[in-house]
Amino acid sequence: MSKEIDCRGLACPLPALKTKKALDTIESGRILAIVDNHAAKENVIRLANFLGCEVNLEKKGDDFYLTITKT
Amino acid sequence: MSVDNICRLTEFSPHCGCAAKVDAASLHDIIHKLPVSVSKNLIVGTETFDDAAVYKLDNKTALVQTVDFFPPIVDDPYLYGQISACNALSDVYAMGGKPMTCLAIVCFPTKKLPLEILSRILKGGSDKINEAGALMVGGHTIEDEQPKYGLAVTGIIHPKKAITNANAKIGDELILTKPLGTGIIVTAAKAEIVKETDLEAAVNSMCFLNKSAAEIMQAIGVNAATDVTGFSLLGHLHQMAMASNVCVELYMNQIPILAGVMEYASLGMIPEGAYNNRKWLERIVTFDSGVEQVRQDILFDPQTSGGLLISVGKDKAQKLLRRLRNAGLKSANIIGRIVKGKKGAIEVLEK
Repeated sequence: MSKEIDCRGLACPLPALKTKKALDTIESGRILAIVDNHAAKENVIRLANFLGCEVNLEKKGDDFYLTITKT
Repeated sequence: MSVDNICRLTEFSPHCGCAAKVDAASLHDIIHKLPVSVSKNLIVGTETFDDAAVYKLDNKTALVQTVDFFPPIVDDPYLYGQISACNALSDVYAMGGKPMTCLAIVCFPTKKLPLEILSRILKGGSDKINEAGALMVGGHTIEDEQPKYGLAVTGIIHPKKAITNANAKIGDELILTKPLGTGIIVTAAKAEIVKETDLEAAVNSMCFLNKSAAEIMQAIGVNAATDVTGFSLLGHLHQMAMASNVCVELYMNQIPILAGVMEYASLGMIPEGAYNNRKWLERIVTFDSGVEQVRQDILFDPQTSGGLLISVGKDKAQKLLRRLRNAGLKSANIIGRIVKGKKGAIEVLEK
Protein backbone atom coordinates (compact mmCIF):
# COMPACT_ATOMS: atom_id res chain seq x y z
CA MET A 1 0.00 0.00 0.00
CA SER A 2 1.31 3.43 -0.83
CA LYS A 3 1.19 6.47 1.40
CA GLU A 4 -1.04 9.19 -0.04
CA ILE A 5 -0.23 12.90 0.00
CA ASP A 6 -3.04 15.11 -1.20
CA CYS A 7 -1.55 18.37 -2.51
CA ARG A 8 -4.67 19.65 -4.22
CA GLY A 9 -5.26 23.34 -3.56
CA LEU A 10 -1.61 23.90 -2.61
CA ALA A 11 0.58 26.43 -4.42
CA CYS A 12 4.23 25.80 -5.33
CA PRO A 13 6.56 24.97 -3.66
CA LEU A 14 4.37 23.05 -1.19
CA PRO A 15 3.52 19.99 -3.34
CA ALA A 16 7.19 19.25 -4.10
CA LEU A 17 8.15 19.98 -0.50
CA LYS A 18 5.50 17.68 0.97
CA THR A 19 6.46 14.94 -1.45
CA LYS A 20 10.12 15.34 -0.53
CA LYS A 21 9.33 15.10 3.17
CA ALA A 22 7.25 11.97 2.60
CA LEU A 23 10.02 10.34 0.54
CA ASP A 24 12.57 11.24 3.20
CA THR A 25 10.61 9.26 5.79
CA ILE A 26 10.65 5.96 3.91
CA GLU A 27 13.55 3.62 3.13
CA SER A 28 11.79 2.23 0.08
CA GLY A 29 8.26 1.84 -1.19
CA ARG A 30 5.58 3.86 -2.90
CA ILE A 31 4.04 7.26 -2.39
CA LEU A 32 0.99 8.61 -4.17
CA ALA A 33 1.07 12.39 -4.66
CA ILE A 34 -2.11 14.05 -5.92
CA VAL A 35 -1.77 17.51 -7.43
CA ASP A 36 -4.16 19.74 -9.34
CA ASN A 37 -1.98 21.95 -11.52
CA HIS A 38 0.70 21.69 -14.19
CA ALA A 39 3.49 23.41 -12.25
CA ALA A 40 3.01 21.17 -9.18
CA LYS A 41 2.95 18.06 -11.39
CA GLU A 42 6.16 19.06 -13.18
CA ASN A 43 7.90 19.99 -9.92
CA VAL A 44 7.02 16.68 -8.29
CA ILE A 45 8.29 14.80 -11.38
CA ARG A 46 11.58 16.73 -11.32
CA LEU A 47 12.01 16.02 -7.62
CA ALA A 48 11.30 12.32 -8.00
CA ASN A 49 13.68 11.98 -10.95
CA PHE A 50 16.40 13.85 -9.07
CA LEU A 51 16.02 11.51 -6.10
CA GLY A 52 16.33 8.52 -8.42
CA CYS A 53 12.71 7.41 -8.00
CA GLU A 54 10.42 6.04 -10.65
CA VAL A 55 7.30 8.09 -11.44
CA ASN A 56 4.05 6.93 -12.93
CA LEU A 57 1.59 9.64 -13.97
CA GLU A 58 -2.14 9.23 -14.30
CA LYS A 59 -4.64 12.00 -15.08
CA LYS A 60 -8.01 11.77 -13.36
CA GLY A 61 -10.35 14.62 -14.28
CA ASP A 62 -8.48 17.83 -13.48
CA ASP A 63 -6.08 16.10 -11.07
CA PHE A 64 -2.77 14.35 -11.58
CA TYR A 65 -1.96 11.17 -9.65
CA LEU A 66 1.77 10.58 -9.36
CA THR A 67 2.87 7.21 -8.07
CA ILE A 68 6.48 7.50 -6.95
CA THR A 69 8.52 4.40 -6.27
CA LYS A 70 11.62 4.64 -4.11
CA THR A 71 13.96 1.66 -4.28
CA MET B 1 16.00 41.85 10.45
CA SER B 2 12.32 41.00 9.92
CA VAL B 3 9.89 42.79 12.22
CA ASP B 4 10.91 40.52 15.05
CA ASN B 5 9.36 37.57 13.33
CA ILE B 6 5.82 38.81 13.80
CA CYS B 7 5.02 37.25 10.45
CA ARG B 8 6.47 35.73 7.34
CA LEU B 9 5.73 38.43 4.80
CA THR B 10 5.99 36.01 1.85
CA GLU B 11 3.08 34.00 3.25
CA PHE B 12 0.92 36.79 1.90
CA SER B 13 2.05 36.15 -1.67
CA PRO B 14 1.11 33.03 -3.58
CA HIS B 15 3.49 34.27 -6.30
CA CYS B 16 6.84 35.82 -5.56
CA GLY B 17 8.12 39.06 -7.05
CA CYS B 18 7.98 39.29 -10.81
CA ALA B 19 6.62 35.73 -10.94
CA ALA B 20 3.33 37.41 -9.96
CA LYS B 21 3.11 38.93 -13.44
CA VAL B 22 0.14 38.04 -15.61
CA ASP B 23 1.52 35.57 -18.15
CA ALA B 24 2.88 36.97 -21.40
CA ALA B 25 0.49 35.12 -23.72
CA SER B 26 -2.60 36.49 -21.94
CA LEU B 27 -1.10 39.96 -21.81
CA HIS B 28 -0.38 39.97 -25.54
CA ASP B 29 -3.98 39.00 -26.25
CA ILE B 30 -5.35 41.82 -24.10
CA ILE B 31 -2.98 44.53 -25.32
CA HIS B 32 -3.53 43.70 -28.98
CA LYS B 33 -7.23 44.47 -28.58
CA LEU B 34 -6.56 47.98 -27.30
CA PRO B 35 -6.34 50.99 -29.59
CA VAL B 36 -2.72 51.97 -30.23
CA SER B 37 -1.71 55.47 -29.16
CA VAL B 38 0.05 57.27 -31.98
CA SER B 39 2.03 60.48 -31.83
CA LYS B 40 5.10 61.70 -33.65
CA ASN B 41 6.60 62.33 -30.24
CA LEU B 42 6.06 58.82 -28.93
CA ILE B 43 9.44 57.14 -29.47
CA VAL B 44 8.63 53.89 -27.67
CA GLY B 45 5.02 52.81 -27.06
CA THR B 46 3.35 49.48 -26.36
CA GLU B 47 3.96 47.67 -29.65
CA THR B 48 7.47 46.37 -28.99
CA PHE B 49 6.83 45.31 -25.36
CA ASP B 50 9.77 47.42 -24.30
CA ASP B 51 10.72 48.21 -20.69
CA ALA B 52 9.41 51.75 -20.54
CA ALA B 53 7.59 54.29 -22.69
CA VAL B 54 9.66 57.11 -24.18
CA TYR B 55 7.98 60.41 -25.11
CA LYS B 56 9.88 63.27 -26.71
CA LEU B 57 9.28 66.65 -25.09
CA ASP B 58 11.73 68.61 -27.26
CA ASN B 59 14.92 67.97 -29.19
CA LYS B 60 16.98 67.54 -26.04
CA THR B 61 14.68 65.75 -23.64
CA ALA B 62 12.38 62.77 -23.68
CA LEU B 63 10.39 61.37 -20.77
CA VAL B 64 10.94 57.72 -19.80
CA GLN B 65 7.97 56.29 -17.90
CA THR B 66 7.34 52.97 -16.23
CA VAL B 67 5.48 51.32 -13.36
CA ASP B 68 6.20 48.08 -11.54
CA PHE B 69 4.94 46.55 -8.30
CA PHE B 70 4.55 43.12 -6.75
CA PRO B 71 3.77 41.21 -3.52
CA PRO B 72 6.52 40.40 -0.98
CA ILE B 73 9.42 38.38 -2.36
CA VAL B 74 11.36 38.13 0.91
CA ASP B 75 10.25 38.20 4.55
CA ASP B 76 12.31 41.19 5.58
CA PRO B 77 10.18 44.29 4.80
CA TYR B 78 13.17 46.61 4.42
CA LEU B 79 14.80 44.29 1.87
CA TYR B 80 11.48 43.78 0.06
CA GLY B 81 11.15 47.56 -0.28
CA GLN B 82 14.68 47.83 -1.66
CA ILE B 83 14.20 45.01 -4.16
CA SER B 84 10.88 46.32 -5.42
CA ALA B 85 12.21 49.86 -5.88
CA CYS B 86 15.35 48.57 -7.56
CA ASN B 87 13.21 46.50 -9.92
CA ALA B 88 10.99 49.47 -10.83
CA LEU B 89 13.93 51.82 -11.40
CA SER B 90 15.51 49.20 -13.63
CA ASP B 91 13.05 49.78 -16.47
CA VAL B 92 14.34 53.33 -16.83
CA TYR B 93 17.95 52.11 -16.73
CA ALA B 94 17.19 49.48 -19.36
CA MET B 95 16.33 52.32 -21.76
CA GLY B 96 19.61 54.03 -20.88
CA GLY B 97 17.68 56.75 -19.00
CA LYS B 98 18.14 58.61 -15.73
CA PRO B 99 15.33 58.24 -13.15
CA MET B 100 14.14 61.58 -11.78
CA THR B 101 10.93 61.19 -9.75
CA CYS B 102 9.14 58.25 -8.16
CA LEU B 103 5.59 57.69 -6.91
CA ALA B 104 4.90 54.79 -4.58
CA ILE B 105 2.09 52.30 -5.20
CA VAL B 106 1.12 50.60 -1.97
CA CYS B 107 -1.46 47.96 -1.04
CA PHE B 108 -1.47 46.99 2.62
CA PRO B 109 -3.68 45.15 5.15
CA THR B 110 -3.47 47.74 7.95
CA LYS B 111 -5.80 45.74 10.19
CA LYS B 112 -3.79 42.54 9.92
CA LEU B 113 -0.20 43.70 9.91
CA PRO B 114 1.61 46.27 12.04
CA LEU B 115 2.18 49.60 10.31
CA GLU B 116 5.84 49.30 11.28
CA ILE B 117 6.16 46.74 8.48
CA LEU B 118 4.81 49.20 5.93
CA SER B 119 7.11 51.85 7.27
CA ARG B 120 10.13 49.57 6.75
CA ILE B 121 9.04 48.63 3.23
CA LEU B 122 8.82 52.33 2.33
CA LYS B 123 12.18 53.05 3.99
CA GLY B 124 13.80 50.32 1.88
CA GLY B 125 12.31 51.82 -1.28
CA SER B 126 13.25 55.32 -0.32
CA ASP B 127 16.88 54.34 0.38
CA LYS B 128 17.18 52.81 -3.11
CA ILE B 129 15.59 55.89 -4.69
CA ASN B 130 18.21 58.02 -2.90
CA GLU B 131 20.99 55.76 -4.10
CA ALA B 132 19.63 56.15 -7.64
CA GLY B 133 19.79 59.93 -7.26
CA ALA B 134 16.04 60.22 -7.88
CA LEU B 135 13.32 61.80 -5.74
CA MET B 136 10.43 60.23 -3.89
CA VAL B 137 7.57 62.65 -4.60
CA GLY B 138 4.34 60.96 -3.56
CA GLY B 139 2.21 57.90 -3.94
CA HIS B 140 -1.08 56.18 -3.30
CA THR B 141 -2.01 53.65 -0.64
CA ILE B 142 -5.02 51.35 -0.50
CA GLU B 143 -6.29 48.67 1.88
CA ASP B 144 -5.74 45.20 0.50
CA GLU B 145 -5.61 41.68 1.91
CA GLN B 146 -2.22 41.13 0.30
CA PRO B 147 0.64 43.63 0.62
CA LYS B 148 2.03 44.99 -2.63
CA TYR B 149 4.61 47.67 -3.21
CA GLY B 150 6.26 49.29 -6.16
CA LEU B 151 6.96 52.52 -7.98
CA ALA B 152 5.88 54.55 -10.96
CA VAL B 153 9.12 56.08 -12.16
CA THR B 154 9.66 59.02 -14.47
CA GLY B 155 13.08 59.50 -15.98
CA ILE B 156 14.68 61.49 -18.73
CA ILE B 157 16.86 60.71 -21.69
CA HIS B 158 18.11 62.46 -24.82
CA PRO B 159 15.55 61.44 -27.50
CA LYS B 160 18.31 60.14 -29.78
CA LYS B 161 19.97 58.16 -27.00
CA ALA B 162 17.08 55.94 -25.95
CA ILE B 163 18.29 52.33 -26.01
CA THR B 164 15.32 50.25 -27.10
CA ASN B 165 14.96 46.49 -27.52
CA ALA B 166 14.37 46.96 -31.26
CA ASN B 167 17.83 47.63 -32.67
CA ALA B 168 19.91 44.47 -32.07
CA LYS B 169 22.11 43.88 -35.13
CA ILE B 170 23.33 40.68 -36.72
CA GLY B 171 26.84 39.97 -35.41
CA ASP B 172 26.21 41.69 -32.03
CA GLU B 173 27.33 39.98 -28.86
CA LEU B 174 24.84 39.61 -25.99
CA ILE B 175 25.90 40.51 -22.47
CA LEU B 176 23.92 39.64 -19.33
CA THR B 177 24.93 41.67 -16.27
CA LYS B 178 23.48 39.61 -13.38
CA PRO B 179 23.19 35.88 -12.65
CA LEU B 180 19.89 34.02 -13.17
CA GLY B 181 17.84 32.06 -10.67
CA THR B 182 16.15 34.56 -8.31
CA GLY B 183 12.72 32.98 -8.89
CA ILE B 184 13.99 29.51 -8.02
CA ILE B 185 15.92 30.77 -4.96
CA VAL B 186 12.91 32.60 -3.48
CA THR B 187 10.75 29.52 -4.12
CA ALA B 188 13.30 27.42 -2.22
CA ALA B 189 13.26 30.07 0.52
CA LYS B 190 9.49 29.75 0.75
CA ALA B 191 9.96 26.01 1.21
CA GLU B 192 12.56 26.83 3.89
CA ILE B 193 15.20 24.66 2.27
CA VAL B 194 17.42 27.49 1.02
CA LYS B 195 20.93 27.94 2.35
CA GLU B 196 21.35 31.32 4.04
CA THR B 197 24.34 32.20 1.84
CA ASP B 198 22.45 31.35 -1.37
CA LEU B 199 19.51 33.55 -0.37
CA GLU B 200 21.84 36.35 0.63
CA ALA B 201 23.61 36.26 -2.75
CA ALA B 202 20.24 36.41 -4.55
CA VAL B 203 19.04 39.30 -2.37
CA ASN B 204 22.28 41.22 -2.92
CA SER B 205 21.90 40.74 -6.66
CA MET B 206 18.26 41.92 -6.58
CA CYS B 207 19.25 44.98 -4.51
CA PHE B 208 21.99 45.98 -6.96
CA LEU B 209 20.81 48.93 -9.05
CA ASN B 210 21.23 48.69 -12.81
CA LYS B 211 22.42 52.31 -12.65
CA SER B 212 26.12 51.65 -13.26
CA ALA B 213 25.33 49.18 -16.05
CA ALA B 214 23.11 51.79 -17.73
CA GLU B 215 25.74 54.52 -17.47
CA ILE B 216 28.45 52.24 -18.83
CA MET B 217 26.37 51.06 -21.79
CA GLN B 218 25.49 54.68 -22.61
CA ALA B 219 29.16 55.69 -22.44
CA ILE B 220 30.30 52.85 -24.70
CA GLY B 221 27.37 52.87 -27.11
CA VAL B 222 25.26 49.75 -27.60
CA ASN B 223 22.58 48.73 -30.07
CA ALA B 224 19.80 47.37 -27.86
CA ALA B 225 19.02 46.55 -24.24
CA THR B 226 16.29 45.30 -21.97
CA ASP B 227 16.14 44.14 -18.37
CA VAL B 228 15.46 40.54 -17.46
CA THR B 229 12.43 40.22 -15.18
CA GLY B 230 9.25 38.16 -15.00
CA PHE B 231 9.26 36.82 -18.54
CA SER B 232 12.66 35.19 -17.93
CA LEU B 233 15.89 35.49 -19.90
CA LEU B 234 14.34 33.68 -22.86
CA GLY B 235 11.13 35.73 -22.79
CA HIS B 236 12.81 39.11 -22.73
CA LEU B 237 15.35 37.96 -25.29
CA HIS B 238 12.54 36.75 -27.53
CA GLN B 239 10.85 40.16 -27.28
CA MET B 240 14.16 41.80 -28.22
CA ALA B 241 14.65 39.43 -31.15
CA MET B 242 11.08 40.02 -32.38
CA ALA B 243 11.35 43.80 -32.09
CA SER B 244 14.78 43.76 -33.81
CA ASN B 245 13.74 41.24 -36.48
CA VAL B 246 16.66 38.93 -35.70
CA CYS B 247 17.47 35.45 -34.40
CA VAL B 248 19.65 34.55 -31.40
CA GLU B 249 22.23 31.94 -30.42
CA LEU B 250 22.82 31.45 -26.68
CA TYR B 251 25.77 29.65 -25.05
CA MET B 252 24.39 27.71 -22.08
CA ASN B 253 27.74 27.28 -20.34
CA GLN B 254 28.44 31.03 -20.44
CA ILE B 255 25.19 32.07 -18.75
CA PRO B 256 25.77 33.21 -15.13
CA ILE B 257 23.62 31.35 -12.58
CA LEU B 258 23.34 31.99 -8.83
CA ALA B 259 24.81 29.40 -6.47
CA GLY B 260 22.44 26.62 -5.44
CA VAL B 261 19.94 27.21 -8.27
CA MET B 262 20.68 23.93 -10.07
CA GLU B 263 20.05 21.95 -6.90
CA TYR B 264 16.85 23.76 -5.93
CA ALA B 265 15.49 23.46 -9.47
CA SER B 266 16.23 19.72 -9.40
CA LEU B 267 14.25 19.48 -6.15
CA GLY B 268 11.19 20.95 -7.88
CA MET B 269 11.52 24.49 -6.51
CA ILE B 270 10.48 26.07 -9.80
CA PRO B 271 7.88 28.86 -9.69
CA GLU B 272 4.70 28.51 -11.71
CA GLY B 273 5.71 31.51 -13.84
CA ALA B 274 8.60 29.49 -15.27
CA TYR B 275 6.14 26.94 -16.63
CA ASN B 276 4.00 29.72 -18.10
CA ASN B 277 7.09 31.17 -19.76
CA ARG B 278 8.02 27.74 -21.16
CA LYS B 279 4.51 27.21 -22.54
CA TRP B 280 4.61 30.62 -24.23
CA LEU B 281 8.10 30.15 -25.71
CA GLU B 282 8.51 26.43 -26.39
CA ARG B 283 7.76 26.71 -30.09
CA ILE B 284 10.44 29.33 -30.72
CA VAL B 285 13.28 28.10 -28.53
CA THR B 286 15.38 25.07 -29.43
CA PHE B 287 17.92 23.41 -27.14
CA ASP B 288 21.05 21.38 -27.88
CA SER B 289 20.47 17.80 -26.74
CA GLY B 290 23.09 18.30 -24.00
CA VAL B 291 21.09 21.06 -22.31
CA GLU B 292 19.05 19.04 -19.86
CA GLN B 293 15.62 19.98 -18.54
CA VAL B 294 16.79 21.56 -15.29
CA ARG B 295 19.13 24.00 -17.05
CA GLN B 296 16.35 24.82 -19.50
CA ASP B 297 14.10 25.58 -16.52
CA ILE B 298 16.60 28.17 -15.27
CA LEU B 299 16.38 30.04 -18.57
CA PHE B 300 12.56 30.19 -18.16
CA ASP B 301 12.77 31.28 -14.49
CA PRO B 302 11.01 34.62 -13.81
CA GLN B 303 13.58 37.08 -12.48
CA THR B 304 13.00 39.92 -10.06
CA SER B 305 15.24 42.96 -10.40
CA GLY B 306 17.32 40.99 -12.91
CA GLY B 307 20.26 42.27 -14.89
CA LEU B 308 20.43 44.15 -18.15
CA LEU B 309 20.59 42.14 -21.34
CA ILE B 310 22.67 44.17 -23.77
CA SER B 311 23.21 43.73 -27.50
CA VAL B 312 26.51 45.35 -28.42
CA GLY B 313 28.74 45.50 -31.50
CA LYS B 314 31.41 42.78 -31.46
CA ASP B 315 34.23 45.35 -31.41
CA LYS B 316 32.94 46.90 -28.17
CA ALA B 317 31.86 43.76 -26.31
CA GLN B 318 35.08 43.04 -24.39
CA LYS B 319 35.47 46.64 -23.30
CA LEU B 320 31.86 46.77 -22.11
CA LEU B 321 32.27 43.49 -20.24
CA ARG B 322 35.46 44.68 -18.52
CA ARG B 323 33.86 47.92 -17.38
CA LEU B 324 30.75 46.16 -16.08
CA ARG B 325 32.85 43.73 -14.05
CA ASN B 326 34.95 46.59 -12.68
CA ALA B 327 31.72 48.28 -11.56
CA GLY B 328 30.94 45.31 -9.31
CA LEU B 329 28.94 43.17 -11.75
CA LYS B 330 31.31 40.22 -11.30
CA SER B 331 29.01 37.67 -12.96
CA ALA B 332 28.49 39.71 -16.15
CA ASN B 333 29.29 37.64 -19.20
CA ILE B 334 28.92 37.32 -22.96
CA ILE B 335 26.13 34.77 -23.26
CA GLY B 336 25.40 34.64 -26.97
CA ARG B 337 25.15 36.50 -30.22
CA ILE B 338 22.69 37.83 -32.76
CA VAL B 339 22.52 35.79 -35.94
CA LYS B 340 20.58 35.63 -39.18
CA GLY B 341 17.53 33.41 -39.12
CA LYS B 342 13.88 33.20 -38.24
CA LYS B 343 12.66 36.38 -36.54
CA GLY B 344 12.38 35.94 -32.78
CA ALA B 345 13.86 32.42 -32.71
CA ILE B 346 16.39 31.39 -30.05
CA GLU B 347 18.80 28.46 -30.25
CA VAL B 348 20.45 27.41 -26.98
CA LEU B 349 23.81 25.76 -27.57
CA GLU B 350 25.77 23.78 -25.00
CA LYS B 351 29.05 25.75 -25.38
